[in-house]
Amino acid sequence: MTGNASKPLLEVEGLSVRFPTRTRVVEAVRNISFSVGREKVGIVGESGSGKTMTGRAVLGLIRPPGIVEARKMEFDGIDLRSLSERQYREIRGNRIAMVMQDPKFSLNPVMTVGRQIAEAYRVHTKASPSEARRRTLEMLEAVRIRDPERVYGAYPHEVSGGMGQRIMIAMMLIPDPDLLIADEPTSALDVTVQMQVLAIVDDLVSRRGMGLMFISHDLNLVASFCDRVVIMYAGQIVETCRASELHAAKHPYTRGLLASLPRVDQPVERLSTLTRQEAWKTEPGVDARVL
Amino acid sequence: MRASSEIALQQAALAIEHLDVRFGKGDEMVHAVRDVSFAVDRGESFGLVGESGSGKSTVLRAIAGLATDWTGRIAVEGQNLGPKRTAAFYETVQMVFQDPYGSLHPRHTVDRTLGEPGRIHGVADLDTRIVDLLRDVGLGPEFRFRYPHQLSGGQRQRVAIARALMLEPKILLLDEPTSALDVSVQAEILNLLQRLKREHGLTYVLVSHDLAVIAHMCDRLAVMNAGRVVEEMTVDQLRRSEPSHRYTQQLLKASLGYDRAAVDALETFD
Amino acid sequence: MTHHAVSAPGHRGLHAWLTSDSPTSRLQARCVQVYLGWLGLARNPLAMLGLGIVVVLVLAAIFAPLLAPADPIAQDLTRRLQPPGAPGFVLGSDELGRDILSRLLYGARVTLYVVALVVVTAPVFGLIIGTVAGYAGGWVDTVLMRFTDVFLAFPRLVLALAFVAALGPGIGNAVLAIALTSWPPYARIARAETLTIRNSDFIAAIRLQGASPLRIVIGHVMPLCISSVIVRVTLDMAGIILTAAGLGFLGLGAQPPLPEWGAMISTGRQFILDQWWVATVPGLAIFTVSLGFNLLGDGLRDALDPRSGR
Repeated sequence: MTGNASKPLLEVEGLSVRFPTRTRVVEAVRNISFSVGREKVGIVGESGSGKTMTGRAVLGLIRPPGIVEARKMEFDGIDLRSLSERQYREIRGNRIAMVMQDPKFSLNPVMTVGRQIAEAYRVHTKASPSEARRRTLEMLEAVRIRDPERVYGAYPHEVSGGMGQRIMIAMMLIPDPDLLIADEPTSALDVTVQMQVLAIVDDLVSRRGMGLMFISHDLNLVASFCDRVVIMYAGQIVETCRASELHAAKHPYTRGLLASLPRVDQPVERLSTLTRQEAWKTEPGVDARVL
Repeated sequence: MRASSEIALQQAALAIEHLDVRFGKGDEMVHAVRDVSFAVDRGESFGLVGESGSGKSTVLRAIAGLATDWTGRIAVEGQNLGPKRTAAFYETVQMVFQDPYGSLHPRHTVDRTLGEPGRIHGVADLDTRIVDLLRDVGLGPEFRFRYPHQLSGGQRQRVAIARALMLEPKILLLDEPTSALDVSVQAEILNLLQRLKREHGLTYVLVSHDLAVIAHMCDRLAVMNAGRVVEEMTVDQLRRSEPSHRYTQQLLKASLGYDRAAVDALETFD
Repeated sequence: MTHHAVSAPGHRGLHAWLTSDSPTSRLQARCVQVYLGWLGLARNPLAMLGLGIVVVLVLAAIFAPLLAPADPIAQDLTRRLQPPGAPGFVLGSDELGRDILSRLLYGARVTLYVVALVVVTAPVFGLIIGTVAGYAGGWVDTVLMRFTDVFLAFPRLVLALAFVAALGPGIGNAVLAIALTSWPPYARIARAETLTIRNSDFIAAIRLQGASPLRIVIGHVMPLCISSVIVRVTLDMAGIILTAAGLGFLGLGAQPPLPEWGAMISTGRQFILDQWWVATVPGLAIFTVSLGFNLLGDGLRDALDPRSGR
């Protein structure tokens, strides 16, 4: 582990992502600043809020004609803005890992699960095949797969969605990354499986001191799972707070979102709906950096 | 006792008894629904909750006639259903699907989508009816000649609800109607569904994986796991955290949010 | 049906009417879709080149009598095999002293005739077979698809040869032979599309409205299959033209003195070394038209994709 604990792992200042189309420029992310330390940061927003594009921008996955601009985008002392595609590949999957929403599309369908994980490990560590196999089995066990030997030899279509997502996590975590970017990693899963997968990530964050950027639309989940929450609306950060204080959020957008959620323990006659105000789009965003 | 339950079934809007649904043949046969029974009163909202693969959606598809290989009894308004559905059935029971992006024909305008059931069943004065229905679900007349790709998810789901209402059905089968939508849009659609229920005197069967949605919308619910109903209860019982089956307790706990300590206690039920 | 076109005066008004976000009538909604599709196609320069070639072919066919400097079958044996640029022969003359340019222009009619006849028969037949098989499933599917496989098993030219041999040579029989041999791929495409469409929620929804299978296939399944079939037809057009030319080349298609490009190459073959233009000019025509249809097909594939939205 590197550096002092107080310095954030990832620091982003003034990040913008734009997509020029035939008629206009779509501003997916507008001048946002945030940081991720060795903690769980939840990035919450509805579809189109720019939360996914934020994650992709950090990973250098925005392809032309998309334009990424930032005053600062630093990961553990490395200026991400100046990296070439090759240098980015060195970091991606090795020091910054990513888990996507649907595991079925992220795993190679014609390669066994074990080989894929072992291969991913060997690319980054140059370990011997037997060493890679041993580590893979260890990792599969770490993500609570009951029969690692069997799963090692299985093809992606032979495993369930929940198992697939755990395999993805194992694959992403085997190089021991410093930062994990998880984009809706559990929204395709059943709620109990979802909890189990989150527990695995949770343990890794607390045990290895990993940083987690958790992108989700689920306010309840983020509030109960993360340390800090960043709320995005129309490409901007409108509010940030400690997860435990989310229920006391101040911004009308956040309050509106919270109020529109049905709750088992608090019955209401009619759910309150959100009236979006134009002013939210023009007001200056919030700086979500903790320095 | 037997006679009284028979009468209750006659009065129910929808009664399911010993329903079994299978897919495929031979070795690959999946027994998706096993011996499911429940009854839904007129004007009631009944929830079916469970995780993926629990068979909850299959129950709806069997009622709708979209899953054909079923045994047991399905009765709508006291009438037993056979393998084939009649025009009268379609005028009584309609369905709203989960994915608003997949449930509208991509090459048909809203007008065509809404007009189609009207033309099949010879609804009089279709033009006014379409405009009225659009207004009813909160869409202006400017939406009438748009294509699905011009609509947001919530707007599409409103169109799908309007389509289901075209034939003025009594029972609406709702298959995860809001799980593909943002929470603020979900609130709007759930409110819309509740208003329509009041105004049109509808009976709902709502399938969802989200206990909070079921609790908000329904009077009673059945919890399904691995094709079986593990527990049936009222929403009040659920709110008082009174479920007796451990599976329901676990589901309820998990739906309240992440709790590291609770995860280790999770069990697998098959 | 109300005609809102009346309320669209001038060019800008028409443009706004054609790009409206909220059309006010069925007619307008359809026009907007067509116009946006056209804009998509117009952005692709290669597709426009292809379209240009096809338009030139059509114009050449229509106005052949006006454009042709000479009668395409008038022989002048004193002026055989004149090179291009010789007085009176822009593209030279053939072995019977006929003007190659004139024959080329009239040959466009034959090519277009073949193309048009094949287009109105084979894809329509394939579409019907494919969608019915795909939607009905079960034994209907099995029977129809095995029937399709039988036709698919023969190489197109060989089967066409057999037909023409049985029915006698001639352009009409050549078209029939090509149509009979070119529908199976369309049936396959339509069936594959239908299989995915059949399980979608919008088909389940319309079934729940009580629509008959016929209504579903015609009104809901076919419109979604048509674009991929159109694209395939456009891409196949080159093959169709080449098969027609091939039959003509073998003397089984258009019969002399009808100016058909394939037959023209066939006769030009004897003079290929000394009078290269006799075979080369119609060859270039076939090449250009095939290329045009291919480019157009590629462009259509992008423009017609229903998932691309706008």
